[in-house]
Amino acid sequence: MSELQAVTTGTRTWACYDCGKCTATCPIARAGAQYSPRRHVLAANSGQKAEVLEESGSLFTCLTCSLCDSRCPAEVAYTPLVQKLREVAYKEGVEPDCPHGGALQSLMRMMARGGTQQDRMGWLTEDMKTTPDQGEVFFFTGCTMYFDTLFPELEANTLDATRASVQLMNRLGITPVVSPEERCCGHDLLWNGDRKGFEALARFNVDLVKKSGAETLVASCAECVRTWKLDFEPFFEGKPPKIVHISELLAERLGELPLKGNGGRKVTFQDPCRLGRHLGVYDAPREVLDALPGVERVEMPRSGKRAQCCAGGTWSHCDRYAKKIQTERLKEARATGADVLATACPKCQIHYRCAMKDPNLGGDIGIEMRDVAQLALEALGEEDTSH
Amino acid sequence: MNLTKDKTGVMTTARKGWNPRLVVFACNWCSYAGADTAGVSRIQHQPHFRMIRVMCSGRIQPGFVLRAFEKGADGVLVSGCHFGDCHYVFGNEKAVEQFEKTKSVVKMLGLEEGRLRLEWISAAEGARFAQVIDEFIEQLRELGPSPLSRARSGDEAAGALTPEAEEVEARV
Ligand code: SF4
Ligand code: SF4
Ligand code: SF4
Ligand code: FES
Repeated sequence: MSELQAVTTGTRTWACYDCGKCTATCPIARAGAQYSPRRHVLAANSGQKAEVLEESGSLFTCLTCSLCDSRCPAEVAYTPLVQKLREVAYKEGVEPDCPHGGALQSLMRMMARGGTQQDRMGWLTEDMKTTPDQGEVFFFTGCTMYFDTLFPELEANTLDATRASVQLMNRLGITPVVSPEERCCGHDLLWNGDRKGFEALARFNVDLVKKSGAETLVASCAECVRTWKLDFEPFFEGKPPKIVHISELLAERLGELPLKGNGGRKVTFQDPCRLGRHLGVYDAPREVLDALPGVERVEMPRSGKRAQCCAGGTWSHCDRYAKKIQTERLKEARATGADVLATACPKCQIHYRCAMKDPNLGGDIGIEMRDVAQLALEALGEEDTSH
Repeated sequence: MNLTKDKTGVMTTARKGWNPRLVVFACNWCSYAGADTAGVSRIQHQPHFRMIRVMCSGRIQPGFVLRAFEKGADGVLVSGCHFGDCHYVFGNEKAVEQFEKTKSVVKMLGLEEGRLRLEWISAAEGARFAQVIDEFIEQLRELGPSPLSRARSGDEAAGALTPEAEEVEARV
């Protein structure tokens, strides 16, 4: 068995019957790029390593959005395949054209390395109740503090959703563990082919949460939730904590939140690919939105399983096709008549806001963006502190 | 002085024991020329740095500096023309913007602020180039090796090193 055939285990590439639906569905191919998931499947199947590596430029352009997986009549798992092919490419020294000069990858590798004491808690405000080490609920913050520092010009303020999540949990009577020791979940290293770096982060974070004694892990980043739920699995010893996205926690306990109206607003929802197609969580964020008084939810034509992802693609690539995808998606959001484009992942905010900064298009595609957690917090009445 | 070749083939006057590794980003028109001036004027200075020439300091984005630290640099110097002298007019103002972001991220990551420096050095300022290098190297000696190049299996959970990191480790 060739190396390539070995990595295809479990991805059902053998079932491919060359119909080309994946390529026809793929947003990058549709945006006009020379890109064909079908060719990767064929090359992997027949063990043509050179072809896959030669195509590495395109191997790293895949958004890993799983749209093709959801369409494939033969149930080929292209997204897991691309993850493994990237590992092969990475081992061969093929590196993606990382956007932002590879700043994110470097940061993550340094975190994987360890040895420094991070100063990552500056976003916490005094009114938030958290504990640094032990507790029942662990709030995994992810890297939003780094994103906001690296991209102030985008004004994505991804920390707002991180803060909102803590505040909402506090209102639900939860004092979450927010650890100064936390490190990146490794999602992007894994999807850039750097398995070693990913595993170092996985082991570290699993151990950290284990030591906290937490039974539930909450994250407001869809990628963190995906990584914890699906990729950390081999690293748990004993019972893993229950892993939920903040929108799932909120949906479960909506009755306990005194939600008040804050004016009528139309909101449309961008399903993050990690939360939607990767984890199958489509309803929770919608339940939260529907529970907010004064919020009218409108759907984009491509939503739920068919949603278009933000085209940020794991920081492994960014080009004019990504920009085209984002532009069209933002137009789609505006065409619903929505005032607000809600999402549940910091990356969606970053990449869409980046598109909105285009001085030539700004006026046509601009729309207010908010995280579901932020909207929920805004709808909360004043805390009753009388008792 | 005791000139020897280090493992990367660079001539050094390595003191016994540990020597810092400094990465210097220099713009083509001023700072790089400043280093040249130091050289042709035969000004003595510490040799423990690798220089990376870019067209303008405005090109130096956080990713460059972070990559240097990732690869095991103990310090990074960003240098360019004095204000008003940038050959692309506002390049060095961009450099300041980028540098501020870089500084914040480096701090968040937990690296000492003293490992990162921004200096304006003109083509004529050979002596100043030498002085900046000497000062910075001294400062790095005081700080010691970067925790990122030191950290190894001591941090059990993160024990696994990336191949590049292993390579860097091997050279220390
Ligand atoms: S959609 Fe599935 S069966 Fe069709 S070409 Fe793509 S991988 Fe093969
Ligand atoms: S995962 Fe998304 S971007 Fe990648 S090939 Fe499939 S549809 Fe295209
Ligand atoms: S969309 Fe913008 S923020 Fe996202 S990767 Fe591309 S350039 Fe960077
Ligand atoms: S050319 Fe020297 S800083 Fe721009």
